[in-house]
Amino acid sequence: MSLPESFQVIIVGGGHAGCEAAAASARAGALTALVTHRADKLGEMSCNPAIGGLGKGHLVREIDALDGVMGRIADLSGIQFRLLNRSKGPAVRGPRAQIDRRLYRQAMQAELAGTQNLTIIEAGVEDLIVNSSGIAGIVTGGGDRILARQVVITTGTFLKGVIHVGETRTPAGRVGEAPSIGLADRLYGLGLPMGRLKTGTPARLDGRTISWDRLEMQEADERPEPFSFLTDRIRLPQIACGITWTTPETHRIIAGNIGRSAVYSGAIAGKGPRYCPSIEDKVSRFADRERHQIFLEPEGLGDPTVYPNGISTSLPEDVQAAFIRTIPGLEHARVIQYGYAIEYDYVDPRALDRSLEVKSMPGLYLAGQINGTTGYEEAAAQGLVAGVNAARKAFGREAAVFSRADAYIGVLIDDLVTLGVTEPYRMFTSRAEYRLTLRADNADQRLTQTGIDLGLISPKRQAMFHVKHSALAAARERLEQNRMSPAAAVACGWKVNQDGRVRSAMEYLAYPELSPDDLVAAWPDLAAIDPQTFAQMQIEALYAGYLSRQASDIRALRSDEALRLPADLDYAAIGGLSNEVRGRLALVRPSTLGQAGRIEGITPSALTALLAYVRKDRAAARDA
Amino acid sequence: MVAIRDAAGSLVDRGLAVWMPGPNSYTGEDVLELMLHGGPGVIEHALEALSSADGLRLARPGEFTRRAFEAGKLDLTQAEGIADLIEADTRAQKDQALAQSDGALAELYGGWRAWLLRALALLDVSVDFPDEADAPETVSVPVLGILADLDDRFSDALREGEIDQRIRDGFRVAIIGAPNVGKSSLLNALARRDAAIVADLPGTTRDIVEVRCRLQGLAVWFQDTAGVRQTDDTVEMEGVRRSVRAAEVADLRLFLTEDGTPPPLMDLFRDGDLLIRSKGDLQVNTLFTKEMPTLSARTGAGLPELEALIGDRFRARVSSREAPVLTRARHRVAIGLASAEVREARDCLEQERGAELAAEHVRLAARSLASLVGEIGVEDVLGEVFAAFCIGK
Repeated sequence: MSLPESFQVIIVGGGHAGCEAAAASARAGALTALVTHRADKLGEMSCNPAIGGLGKGHLVREIDALDGVMGRIADLSGIQFRLLNRSKGPAVRGPRAQIDRRLYRQAMQAELAGTQNLTIIEAGVEDLIVNSSGIAGIVTGGGDRILARQVVITTGTFLKGVIHVGETRTPAGRVGEAPSIGLADRLYGLGLPMGRLKTGTPARLDGRTISWDRLEMQEADERPEPFSFLTDRIRLPQIACGITWTTPETHRIIAGNIGRSAVYSGAIAGKGPRYCPSIEDKVSRFADRERHQIFLEPEGLGDPTVYPNGISTSLPEDVQAAFIRTIPGLEHARVIQYGYAIEYDYVDPRALDRSLEVKSMPGLYLAGQINGTTGYEEAAAQGLVAGVNAARKAFGREAAVFSRADAYIGVLIDDLVTLGVTEPYRMFTSRAEYRLTLRADNADQRLTQTGIDLGLISPKRQAMFHVKHSALAAARERLEQNRMSPAAAVACGWKVNQDGRVRSAMEYLAYPELSPDDLVAAWPDLAAIDPQTFAQMQIEALYAGYLSRQASDIRALRSDEALRLPADLDYAAIGGLSNEVRGRLALVRPSTLGQAGRIEGITPSALTALLAYVRKDRAAARDA
Repeated sequence: MVAIRDAAGSLVDRGLAVWMPGPNSYTGEDVLELMLHGGPGVIEHALEALSSADGLRLARPGEFTRRAFEAGKLDLTQAEGIADLIEADTRAQKDQALAQSDGALAELYGGWRAWLLRALALLDVSVDFPDEADAPETVSVPVLGILADLDDRFSDALREGEIDQRIRDGFRVAIIGAPNVGKSSLLNALARRDAAIVADLPGTTRDIVEVRCRLQGLAVWFQDTAGVRQTDDTVEMEGVRRSVRAAEVADLRLFLTEDGTPPPLMDLFRDGDLLIRSKGDLQVNTLFTKEMPTLSARTGAGLPELEALIGDRFRARVSSREAPVLTRARHRVAIGLASAEVREARDCLEQERGAELAAEHVRLAARSLASLVGEIGVEDVLGEVFAAFCIGK
């Protein structure tokens, strides 16, 4: 195969960040190469076989709204769709699905193979080519040089990765795959701030040896709700997951061997996620709890492998085998692969700007777990942003930045580059200040137009978006125009406060006891609104009061974000700042006043001083 | 005691020089304090000598406190306390300002905010971890407990805070009566100067005239109002309207009558108000009684007794409280907002309208309290607070 000598963008790594970055860069029109050491592992789910959840499902919808790949691929491979928080409001409902790992991998590889502008190169990456103006390309393990002025590194846990199973330590990225030590050394050589994190995974079990008939089962939703706005319905058969619990005997075995766990023996220095604790952590930190829940998640329709979600561990194999046998339903379960903890290096994301470019190395972008995050969705979201921006830089265009008010993607990246991480970063709805506005149901309405402006959206999606957008606008207008007094409403049999205030059909739609059918009975012309559009209007009506208040918060945010701080701002020259504040600012080098305000330890008074200084500076520049 | 000289070497004064190195000084910066003899000549020479030194200038109003705030030495309520301390001219104002500058309000508000954040965390856990066995399916009970408690505290604060604001801003006493019954004479007697124009002509006072007095360590504003009567004069009508308004919002009303006929606006008479016979020098019976005191603005008879009576009434209100809870309108607005949000959050949970909506209200309540101590939305507030300083402290 003859390769072009150079590309506009090179993506290093073929995990979820790498796949999304490659697809986004190619969509944006850049000649893109994805370099991975195992092309057959593209799109591998190396941890649990599920995509979505609270906050995470929101991210997938946003990736999809920007025409990313994760949502569509998950719809082609999802085998148990569940909408989480169905009992709560629509703003905090999160789509989630169990995924057939093999189908996901296959669909992803087919998708990328069919992507224009994208070349997949199977090779390890051992080094970066750097010249005086920034990044210039990569060097493969085989010594080949591939040139590009933009390189996106998405190497996950491969940087100086070490796997721990009990007392055994193996340098590795994933089980059976070698880590890239050369690349890590290069990144260290660039003087980037780095840290160490850890994460863990449970043993994998042979589903044919699990006593399913004795377990409580959790079924999929009756009507599975797809991730992608393009998917009309889910075609794969849906399966159930099993639920079981640890027992006092399980806890006794774990507690008795806790000293042999890699985490507890002191062999691991990296910090793990509080939100995804190992079973050792659960047993020792919540000693009063009698049992902990375990979900038994099949990894595929034709795959007997089962992922026991809830018992990730770094205990030695004999202890894992022993405690698994004490769990109801798993008495005779055969272990296919033992659980392990993995320690790896990450780059302090405060070294990046909001396009995910390394501030000190033009053209170098980082995305995914290398930035200290955990989760496929977080990785993919960063991949998309880094890929788009690498491509835009190749064309000399301005960076595309998402605000906290626009998207969970904006929240994610702003948190990373402003606050850094102290543990593997995972998305939650509670991280979003505007979570009533940033919903999974309206991700397309929030982002697809931006995607069109960025040149990311396929003609098919553009057409669908415009149809839906105008249907929503028309419905909104009908619902606003039809109005009724409380007296007339009572005549319809509706319970309304008799305050004499004439209300719109939109306002009546917010009443929990009124259905779209009731409204159509009162205003026959509303029958023109299709059920899906009506459902969307119901959500808008429900949050209307809150959304207008959030809108004023968002305006305040935007005005702070509009105040750009010069990249070369000399913090030492600003009066009224303590040395501690100066140090914190210098570490992040915020690009706007709003971002400065979100840095930990930056007081409002420090912000005022910053603001005053920048204004004075600007006035001086104007006068000169 | 050192000799302080200007750049040319000539002696400015002999005095004390205190060197206070940062970060332990008031502003956190290095500070040199000179204690000089205070005569205008010394001051003039000292300012001249200092101003000519490179990098030195006069401090702007409130600048030292602003710098202390910016250095994180004070929060916003403490800075306000300092401003009040400087302004305080009664003992009660001083005590309250001192408590506030020591962080009494900051501590109170910080505690409330911590509880709000606790409630918010519980709500968010229920939203973000619906599948986890660890997260209780319903967090309503503990959250409602916290919110109910805060609701009570906010209500108490809004009620008790009336007194704090009165201590800071002064109690208001409206003097009410028919035209020419001697309201302005009483005001002038209380002020011991001619604050209001006095004439035998009825309807002389068209607007509210106020004087500030000190009664038993409390600041009290006496308000002379236009005499209330039917009139066609539009200016006087406006005066009457303002009298009614002043009478309504005052903390205490003095109703004046010359001959015992009931004065106007008696329907506004509330517990603690006083009915007074004026022009005591013209009355036959000049005895001062608590039931119906008689006084003469002209001779001053009965005036000390009246002042004591009013002072006692306000003292009684003040002595019932221990520590300040809110001292400014800004505090009242923010706590009122937090209180309304907490109620909304309770409604959301009680009517099962969704944890995410309850969380939104709790978040707004917490934000409102954060703005009080100057943690957010501070740009607007800062100007307001520091503009109130008239000197460089």
